[in-house]
Amino acid sequence: MGVITSLADAIAELVHDGDTVALEGFTHLIPVAAGHEIIRQGRRDLTLVRMTPDIVYDQLIGAGCARKLIFSWAGNPGVGSLHRFRDAVQHGWPTPLEIEEHSHAGMANRYVAGAAGLPFAVLRGYRGTDLVAQTPTIAPITCPFTGEVLTAVPALTPDVGIVHAQRADRAGNVQLWGITGVQKETVLASRRSLVTVEEIVDELEPRPGAVVLPSWTVTRIAEVPGGAHPSYAMGYSERDNDYYQAWDTISRDRAAFTAWLGEHVLGRSVEEAS
Amino acid sequence: MTAQATPTPAGVADWSSDEMMTIEAARALRDGTRCFVGIGRPSTAANLARRTHAPNLVLIYESGTIGAKPGRLPLSIGDGVLAETADAVVSVPEIFNYWLQPGRIDVGFLGAAQLDRYGNINTTVIGDDYADPKVRLPGAGGAPEIAASCREVIVIVQHSRRAFVDRVDFVTSVGYGSGAGDRERLGLTGRGPVRVITDLGVLEPDPDTDELILTRVHPGVEPEQVRAATGWHLAFAPDLATTAPPTAEELAALRDLR
Repeated sequence: MGVITSLADAIAELVHDGDTVALEGFTHLIPVAAGHEIIRQGRRDLTLVRMTPDIVYDQLIGAGCARKLIFSWAGNPGVGSLHRFRDAVQHGWPTPLEIEEHSHAGMANRYVAGAAGLPFAVLRGYRGTDLVAQTPTIAPITCPFTGEVLTAVPALTPDVGIVHAQRADRAGNVQLWGITGVQKETVLASRRSLVTVEEIVDELEPRPGAVVLPSWTVTRIAEVPGGAHPSYAMGYSERDNDYYQAWDTISRDRAAFTAWLGEHVLGRSVEEAS
Repeated sequence: MTAQATPTPAGVADWSSDEMMTIEAARALRDGTRCFVGIGRPSTAANLARRTHAPNLVLIYESGTIGAKPGRLPLSIGDGVLAETADAVVSVPEIFNYWLQPGRIDVGFLGAAQLDRYGNINTTVIGDDYADPKVRLPGAGGAPEIAASCREVIVIVQHSRRAFVDRVDFVTSVGYGSGAGDRERLGLTGRGPVRVITDLGVLEPDPDTDELILTRVHPGVEPEQVRAATGWHLAFAPDLATTAPPTAEELAALRDLR
């Protein structure tokens, strides 16, 4: 059941060292505050899963929380590279980072298979690319009906799936809208889930096109207004493009990053940070 | 080249090679085309096209926004303005599975860190060793399936020997593989890269071999200059032409967008 709790308690209960954890949100509704709380609680050896590891994963990787990254595009959207991610892959700083690399279509289908309770998903993808040789979780499969050779990718079933949404009601039903990415699939594919929300309301007004996650599909809910910053929550906040630009400078240098982490994440509580 | 009724050519000194590249890329999009747009230059060019000769261009972003009509340039593929102005907003699995995979999208618009003589794209690693790369790049994103399944692909890349290499270090997205017939052998449904637009000119696949050859130079650029900036011996098309310079209207629309 979607039990409402504090963010700190939710992370402490749900995320353990060595877990496979997916924080999703496709540019919109990225659960950044939850990522910071994972850093603050000093989790280690995580396998981090995310289609578009961007700033929050750069921070988690730079803070030494991750052992492995499963992803399809690791960059600072509209700005350039992720320097902490690069430093980890190229120089093993602060710890070596194993990678498992896919395309967006492959990652999306892996979540779909996880949500559907299937062992793998099938798509027309990857053929002729060098990803096939580097990523063991990409394999050819022949259609039993037509003989067409397609590609199979295994289901993603994270220990914990974390997403941000606009709101939840007091019973723990969650509602999100706008660009909804793979959030529904992530929650349904994960063994445990946490949804941070902009606000908790008495009643969820129906909204056309919104995704609703019934309370019993969610493990924990935490009210964290602004919890997606510097990404945004449609109807609540705007994307902070300046932050993405500024991150490029902060993240280039290990010392600058470490100072930033101390000041903005480790030295602050959730309440102060949001 | 453009749909402008009375084009007013701007003087060569009045525009940059970067503007020429973006404008030429915009011109490549016909009105009414359904276009899968990557962020950065492809997005700028597609939005420019929509504001000039192609008001009915359908912009599709991998965030699931179909028919987005942003009034300002988005910084990311998931800016709120894309969702607010879209005809439909769908989930990420849906955009790839229902819209891209079956071939519903006419043009895929991509960038590249490295591109080779057969139009293969690398956005993954620079260097021979994947496990120990010289430079780790962002990776694939939506590009492999965009390159495979859009009916045709247009690539925009700044011309340099670093970017235009004989063979890419890593095939992230397939162009023509190792030459004619490879796409069919791999079962890739789209035509592949029909045009590569750079700040120096335009490359297109040779009709027989699918090797990229120079078909146009931008005004003021010498063909030899393009060859010198290319990492393989770039062939020139027999009917090598010169791109029409930007019109004053195109330049104004581009600058207004930025």
